[in-house]
Amino acid sequence: MWRAGRWLAMWRDTWLVMGKDLKIELRSKILINQVVPFALLVLLLFGFALGPGNQLLITATPGLYWLAVLFAALLAVQRSFAIEAVDGFGDGFRLSGLDPAGIFLGKVTAVTIQLLVLEVILSLGVVIFYGSQLANNLWFVIIIAIVTPIGLSAVGIIYGLTVADLKINQTLFPMLLFGVAAPVLIAATKAFSAAIAGHIDQGVPWLDLLCIFDAVYLALGIGLFAPLLEDL
Amino acid sequence: MSPYKAGFGHRMDTLFLKSRRFQLFQQVLGIASAVAIILLVWLGLWVTPPSTTMNNLVRLLYVHPPVAWVAFMAFGVTALSGALYLWRRTRDIFWDRIAGASAEIGVVFCALTIVSGSLWGKATWGVWWTWDATLTSTAFLLVLYLGYLALRALPAEEGVRARRSAVAGLVAFLDVPIIHFSTTWWKTLHEPNTLTVAVHGSMAWTLGLGFGAFTMLYVWLLLKRYKIEVLNGNVERVAMATALSERKMGACLPTVNLADNSPIDRPGTDRSGDFIDSPYYGEEDP
Repeated sequence: MWRAGRWLAMWRDTWLVMGKDLKIELRSKILINQVVPFALLVLLLFGFALGPGNQLLITATPGLYWLAVLFAALLAVQRSFAIEAVDGFGDGFRLSGLDPAGIFLGKVTAVTIQLLVLEVILSLGVVIFYGSQLANNLWFVIIIAIVTPIGLSAVGIIYGLTVADLKINQTLFPMLLFGVAAPVLIAATKAFSAAIAGHIDQGVPWLDLLCIFDAVYLALGIGLFAPLLEDL
Repeated sequence: MSPYKAGFGHRMDTLFLKSRRFQLFQQVLGIASAVAIILLVWLGLWVTPPSTTMNNLVRLLYVHPPVAWVAFMAFGVTALSGALYLWRRTRDIFWDRIAGASAEIGVVFCALTIVSGSLWGKATWGVWWTWDATLTSTAFLLVLYLGYLALRALPAEEGVRARRSAVAGLVAFLDVPIIHFSTTWWKTLHEPNTLTVAVHGSMAWTLGLGFGAFTMLYVWLLLKRYKIEVLNGNVERVAMATALSERKMGACLPTVNLADNSPIDRPGTDRSGDFIDSPYYGEEDP
């Protein structure tokens, strides 16, 4: 049974790991220098693939937007474990005495914050490149934009740790992540479309689905991170 | 003391490999599932009448839902076995082997579900593939478990592989409820509930037989696959033990021919019999 002390320790560890990851990110600037340009490049390539007609791009904006976020999430999660890859991070985590659930939540929070920054930049990208209007029901768009990366990050961190020390994780990780994150992508796209079209009532069930995803994968990660850390 | 710590997996391995009664049970199960499938083909193609609404297309119904049921059940068994492996009190390699065996069968049946669903779609909706929620989710499930099998196929220490696979299996299985509820949540083209809408009488019996036949086939395949997994493990252990003993034997063999005192050339050793590729080569014995 969890006591209040352990609960507090978990949140303290979450804060510590999140702070560490974000600090490394701020110093290395991988997100700004590599992930953001990559995501913007994906947006541009979508534009080339679908042609210069604005109407088609506007219609496809929600799907293209979330696909770009998904690709970027892949890089962000891989980066989250790449920064630990040196010096035997498994031993480091185990010896640190940090709560495994706190490590998981810390990493999820750090990746989520990075994805939120990316989403803001990508939103500007679709407005400028595709001519899309995101101002309709902006509050609903913001809620979707906050809820979606939490689930993506949670799944990504679980699978990221699962394949962290494998030599072929560059190929296996996308296969695992994209499969399980696909329903998140569908739900986010549908909710986004409903918000842009002004039909919030149609977007609410999808938002519920996203919330369920977040809750399930967060709970799973909190429960499973300890046995996974044993392997590293 | 937990029964699992007292060699639960070892007892199960013994049961699978040595118990004659259990082997007889497997044979009976295999024959029963074959007979049931032959009976299903006969009932499905010749005895049952065509449906008033779906005509002869209804015959696909005797295969598609049972195959889908087996796929989902197999993935359920994988997830449950993974959870039992992750739980410390029940941790045993037996559960990992069951999970792997069940996932392999599940992938085959999941592919069959998609193929039979696609045939149904072509006849009903005029397209081989539609972006229907259930079809799409089943395809996701197939890809997820292909990833699971890819993860299992990587060389790793038995316990590490088991833990990784258990986590991946659990995460993937979370997709199953979405597939189940998707027909009601997402209101797409898929048949809502064919069991109560279109099937009755001999058709219902045939469908029931389909469920029974494919379930028996699944259990038979699971038992066979588990046995192969145990035998594979034994072969690896024997091969390793043989290699080690040969290595030790080589170290004890004479380095010169006793008849004429000429050196015996052994690959990997120098004239004094020391292994050249050893990290301690050239060092004095303590």
